[in-house]
Parts: sequence; C-alpha cells; structure tokens
Amino acid sequence: MSTRASTLAGRVMSAPSIIALFLWMIVPLGMTIYFSFLRYNLLSPGMEEWIGFVNYKFFLTDHAFFASLANTLILVGSVLVMTVIGGILLGLMLDQPIFGRGILRILVISPFFIMPTVNALVWKNLLMNPVSGFFAWISTSLGLQPIDWFTHAPLTAIIIMVAWQWLPFATLILLTALQSLDRDQKEAAQMDGAGPVSIFFYITLPHLSRAITVVILIETIFLLSVFAEIFVTTGGGPGLSTTNIAFLVYTQALLQYDVGGASAGGIVAVILANIVAIFLVRLIGKNLDA
Amino acid sequence: MGAIRLENVKKTFGNIDVIPGVDLEINDGEFVVFVGPSGCGKSTLLRLIAGLEDVTAGKILINDVDMVNESPAKRGLSMVFQSYALYPHMTVYNNIAFGLKMAGEPKAVIDEKVRNAAGILNLTDYLERRPGALSGGQRQRVAIGRAIVRNPAAFLFDEPLSNLDASLRVNMRLEITGLHQELKTTMIYVTHDQVEAMTMADKIVVLQAGRVEQVGKPMDLYAKPANKFVAGFIGSPKMNFIEGDYARARNCACVGVRPEHLLLSTEQGEIAATVKIAEHLGAETYLHVNADNIGPMTVRATGEVPLSGNDRVWLTPDPERIHRFDASGNAISN
Amino acid sequence: MDSKFKTPFGQFAYSVFAWIVGLTVFFPILWMVLTSFKSELDAVNMPPLFFDFNWTLENYSGILEQSNYFKFAMNSIILSFGSTFLGLIFAVTCAWAMAFNPTKRTKDTLLWMLSTKMMPPVGVLVPIYLVFRDWGLLDTRFGLIMVLFLMNLPIMVWMLYTYFKEIPKDILEAARMDGATLPKEIIFVLLPMALPGIASTMLLNIILAWNEAFWTLNLTTSDAAPLTAFIASYSSPEGLFWAKLSAASTLAVAPILIVGWFSQKQLVRGLTFGAVK
Repeated sequence: MSTRASTLAGRVMSAPSIIALFLWMIVPLGMTIYFSFLRYNLLSPGMEEWIGFVNYKFFLTDHAFFASLANTLILVGSVLVMTVIGGILLGLMLDQPIFGRGILRILVISPFFIMPTVNALVWKNLLMNPVSGFFAWISTSLGLQPIDWFTHAPLTAIIIMVAWQWLPFATLILLTALQSLDRDQKEAAQMDGAGPVSIFFYITLPHLSRAITVVILIETIFLLSVFAEIFVTTGGGPGLSTTNIAFLVYTQALLQYDVGGASAGGIVAVILANIVAIFLVRLIGKNLDA
Repeated sequence: MGAIRLENVKKTFGNIDVIPGVDLEINDGEFVVFVGPSGCGKSTLLRLIAGLEDVTAGKILINDVDMVNESPAKRGLSMVFQSYALYPHMTVYNNIAFGLKMAGEPKAVIDEKVRNAAGILNLTDYLERRPGALSGGQRQRVAIGRAIVRNPAAFLFDEPLSNLDASLRVNMRLEITGLHQELKTTMIYVTHDQVEAMTMADKIVVLQAGRVEQVGKPMDLYAKPANKFVAGFIGSPKMNFIEGDYARARNCACVGVRPEHLLLSTEQGEIAATVKIAEHLGAETYLHVNADNIGPMTVRATGEVPLSGNDRVWLTPDPERIHRFDASGNAISN
Repeated sequence: MDSKFKTPFGQFAYSVFAWIVGLTVFFPILWMVLTSFKSELDAVNMPPLFFDFNWTLENYSGILEQSNYFKFAMNSIILSFGSTFLGLIFAVTCAWAMAFNPTKRTKDTLLWMLSTKMMPPVGVLVPIYLVFRDWGLLDTRFGLIMVLFLMNLPIMVWMLYTYFKEIPKDILEAARMDGATLPKEIIFVLLPMALPGIASTMLLNIILAWNEAFWTLNLTTSDAAPLTAFIASYSSPEGLFWAKLSAASTLAVAPILIVGWFSQKQLVRGLTFGAVK
C-alpha cells in the first residue's frame, strides 16, 4: 500500500491526533517546567521572577515531600502486592469449572467500574465507620475492639480501598493470560509426573510472568496518581499521613496558589512516573514487533 | 481491449532494487504467467501494474496510455488476491456488486451483471450467503466474480490457487483456463508453481531477483531455455546438470539433460550408475541414481520399470535434446 | 491445577467456595445497594440489617426530587459520550493511517502517544488550570470534554490500532481495485469490519470518562460537574446520610457497571495497550 497517495493520506489523517496530543501534553509540560523556575503565586500576581532551582530546593527539602513520597511508595507497593497475589489466586480460582462462572466473574470484576468517589465514600462510611460500619460489627461480634480506621490507620484504609478497586484489573488480565496457557503443556507436564504445585511453579507462573509485569507497570502508573480517594476521605490528613505526591501538588497549586512550588512538585511526579513508564514502553514496544 | 506494456519499470524499497528494470509486452487477450521462486519480485511486479505500489521509475502503458500516476481504480484492471480478500460483512451478491456500486452503475445494470457472473461461476444459489459460510473453492469463485463484473481491461491473479488443496487446485486451474477461453480478456497470473505456468499460460515470464530471465511460450521455454535458471525451473522432475569432464568433452561448462530424455538400459549406455531410490508411480518410474564420476541424477522412465536400490543401470542422453551452458549459465545454441 | 473434578460433589463444593470468595469481593457493592433501600435509621443500625428491614424507595425519590441530580447525571452523560465521539473521529483516522500506511516512525509515534498517557496529571495540572481560568473554560462542559477526549485519545488510538491490524490489508486493497475512494474504503469496508472493535473501544472510553475523578474534581465547581463531583459533595456531612449516599452512589455507578459487564473482555486489551489479549 505504499503509493505516494496513500502515504500522504496516512500523514494527513494521523496528524490531527498527533497535534492534539502534542498540545495537550508537551506544551503544558513545557509550561510546568518554566513555572517551576519562577517565583509565582496567584495571590501576588505580577510578582513573577526567575529564581532558578529554589522551588525544587524547597520542595525536595520540605518534610512534606518526604512524608508524601513515603506515602506514595507505601501505597503503590502495598496495593501492587495485594492485587498481584490476590489477582493470581482469583485468576486460578476462576480458571476452574464453577457453576455460574460467567456471573461470578462479573461480580469479581465489578469493583473496577465503581467511580473512585463512590468507592471511597462507601468504604469510609458503610464499611469502615468505627461505630456503625460493617467492619465494626464484625470486630465486636468476634469480641474485638472496632478499629477507627481513619484515625489510627488512615493510609491502610486508603490502601485497602484502592486495592479493592484494582484487584479486578489484575484478576482479569491474569485470568486472560491463564486461559491462553496451552493445555498440552500442562498435560505433558502431568505425563512427566509433575504435581499441581510443580505445575504452578514451573509452567503456570513462568507463563504468567509477562502478564504480571504488565499488571505491575500499568497499575504503578495509575497508582502514582491516586487522588480522588484521598480527596473525598481524608483530605490528605490527619496531618500528612495520607498525602501522596499527587495530593501534595494539588494542595500547593489550588489551595496555596503556589504555582512555582506546585510546578516543581509536578515535575518531580513526572520524573517518578517516567522511571516506570520507560520500562513499560519498552515492554509494549517489543510486543509491537511480534 | 487490454494490451499492457512495461517500459523499464523499476522499483526500489529503501536501498534494495526489488525490480531493477523490466521491459515487457503483453498483447490483448493473452494469458501471461509470471513465475519464479518466492521473493523473485513477481508479486511486486503485479502490484505495480495494479497500482497498489508506485513505480520508482519507468512507464506502465495500458492500451497505450501511461497509467503510472493513476490510482488503481482508474486503471480499469481487476485483481484476484491470494487470500481472496472478500468483504466478510457483505453477502456474495454485495461482494460482487461492490465495484459496480462504487462506479455508480444503476441498480438494474448491477443486478443483471451480478446474476450473469454468478451464473457463469455456479454461484447463483449462494448469492445471499456471506463469505464465511462458503468453501474455499466457492470463495475463489466469488473473488473471480468480483473481478469479472467490472469488464476490466485485464485480470490480475496473485497466486490465487495456493490456498486450495491439491485436487481443488486442478479443478480451478481448468476453470480459470476455461474462463479465459470464454472471455478472451487479458490475464496476468502470478504463481510460484511451474505446473500452473506450463498448463495455463500463452506466454510465461520467468523472473528471478526482479529480472526477467526469459519470456516465451511454455513449450519454447521447455525446449529452449535461455539459461540454467530457466532450464532448472521449468519441468519436473528438474533437469540434470552435469559438469566436469563430461561437459568439457562437449565444449561447454555444463550439460543439461531432462530426466525424460535419458534412455535407460540395464546392459549398456553412456553413463554408468547405481540406483539409490526407485519411485514407482505406475504410469512412470522415477529413478534417483548415483552416476559414476558424475554424482546424483534423476531418470524418468515410462511405465513400470522393475528396478530397485543398488541395481546397476546405464543412461544415454538423447543427443537431440541435450542443453549446453557456458560458464555464466547462458545456453549455447546447438 | 487443571483437575477436572472427580465427582460432581467435588465441583459443587468448589463452586460454593468460589462463590463465597466472589461474593466477598463484591460485598461492598451489594452492601451499598442494600443500604440504598433502607431508612437512614436502619442504615446505621447495629447489628447491621441484611434483608429484614423496611425496604423503601424514599432515598431515591428524595435524591431525584431535591438535589439537582439530573443536572449532574446529564453532565456525566454529555462528558463521557461527547469525549468518546470526539475521540472516535480522531482515533479512527489516526489508527487507520498507522495500521495500513505505516511509516518508519509509526511505531515511535504510537509509543510516544502511550507515554503521554503515562504522564501523571499533576505534571500538567498547573498550566491546564491556568489556561482554563484565562480562557474561561473552568467549569464548562466544553473544556471538560476536551480534557477527557485528550486524556483517553492514546487509549482509543491504541485499541483501534490493534483491532485494525487484524484486518487483512488485502481486503482494503481489493476495495481500492474495486474503485472505492479513500472515504468510501473506510466507511463501507473498514468500519463495518471493525465494528466490534469500535464498539468496545467506545464502551471502554465511556467507562473511563464516566469515572474520571481528577480533572472533573479540579476543573469543575457546579455547572459542568458530573456525578463524580456530585458524590464527592457527600463527603462533608459525615455519617448522617448513608442511605442517601448509597442511593446516589447506586444511581451513579449502575449504568456504567452494566456497560462494564458487557465490555469486560475488551477491557484487557484496552488497558494493556494490546500487550495482553
């Protein structure tokens, strides 16, 4: 199809999307970088001046940055561990013959479609409320003291609700990968005398490794930007205990109107995300050739 | 009317000369087969004629009009693809009618032409089916039907039989030949199968590495191959090539003898050999032998020959039908 | 791993176990729906009431009457459908070009598009916010449609690209030989063949746009605010209106949950950029 006319048509027809995305991402990113070198506060307009790396110095030496960086890493790490392990187990479970498997699958996948604000408020009130939440009832029924999640373990509470939301994603992808596993391979291993446990570790798990990598990378990208769950439940508190980088940048920009500082924070967030993105893009790029 | 002339047609992809420069004359109503091993550029040449690829240089004249800068639709050609390329979401009827609809023909004309083509191709009962519900041979017919209705200047076939099983292939071969006799339209047919080329073509174009090795009638190529490549490519089993002293004695670098032009004897002859494997086909027998001082050779004998491994035989080439080649592989006329 | 169960009872017991696990995962949604049919008093009752409460629709009627629920719902619909249709026009042409007229740079362009999707939104929050403020786009549907459209464009292009790649080039060439012009080739041949893929691309996008809660919370206040923001407004009066919150939440998630159930298979392809099919 490589006639000049069709190549030209290809260029013309892909241009609008490319230009639109360029305007949407690259131009604002350039502006963010520019702002990050300015003293620029919306409360004192007209006072903008070039201050070099001062914003970065402030942002990176602020204890709020270290707290939120730690929170971000804990949040991302914990959710990843929970969803990948949970996803493998649920995937294996759903890969077996079950009565009503189709419906069961739909139930397990449902949390992914719940909007983050609903997710957060349902968990915070209906389930995790220390007085009349469902978990409090379970605790008291077992003779335990109900946990006041959002006072004593706010970050854990956020981690649990985010993990619940992303568990279906991991499950669905790992289940898809499991179903693409060649039956002959498993049967050959059975003929070779491998038991279920050896089959899992020598055949199933290696087969899943690519899917697991994809889950980890994509979830990381989204989890680095968790926002709404924090916004509607804790507002980053108490103190800084549930503030992640995304939320910290938001408070600096839209609550403190510190454009320069927020921009520096935004760039830090971009750099963090890019560390993951590079691996993901490589992985997908390889897949594109195949 | 469909006379096609290629003048110094070139195609390069990046730095690679796929077609270094081809001149070719195709007369109106001729059935021309492009044949050659895979990667020889035969499909590319066909796509250049179709307009699906741009030529790098040269002219493609259809009825004496240079079409190099015209879109495929304007060239008045129709093509049958190797994969058939039927529109899976349309019925057979609509598949055949699509080109006519695109040309803006009135409904009644479309209907008449589609039903006419379906009649020729035995598709009348299947017009409301979708391609997915058809057998391989039927899909092939739909693809041909789609080509016929547009009354093209020429039909282009890109390895159209390679997805069919062996017995169906023989049938379709006959059908396409029959169709050509009926329509008398120019056809250009690409294949890697020399049997298809020999059986169907009025004129064969043998290609290798983008170059035309020889153009001619099937029997001319068989009887007078221009070089070793054509000699080896046309004819089955392949021609035997003998080099060394045997060739030097005959003033050439290489002597070629077809397996069917070797006289077989169990008593005496020019070349002594030992049978390695004998393939008994009933009507004929292929002997794979190891000739003394020469090496492996193939002999084709008519009828059943009661020979088997390790038997000694003698071979005598028919002196009227040996081919001689010089050091660069070109034929030396006898 | 693959033990076909030896006895029907074995499969039955396993199914019961699997259903218990599955229902546990689903429980928060189930509980939300149940609570939405309770009175506010029953909603906070200890011990929790499972089915033996006075079922009532008062929360639903309350929401539909009092709050401007419809305005939010309408915004959600307009934003998600608007951004999806806009995205489709851009993405179909772009994916067509990349799938059928690839150049040396096509692969890099695709990966670049993907990488824009990986940029954290806070990285561009400040300039986008300022541009929106200066251009009067804050709290407008138009502004938000543009944001949601651009945010999901890479996913749409990618998904359509992977679907288009599965369509043999021959068929489009056949259409060209049949005399179809480029628009006709796309409309009569490509689009009908890719219809399932296009439908699932649209569904996934509607889901993503419907649930988007970073830009919708940051760039709207009331006029253009969709259901995500409507629900967020329940975050302040803590603990008092659980039944109403549940009813509002159920209304907000129900439509998209159903859409999601239909598109679950394509979800994998869309969200992994074709890396897992």
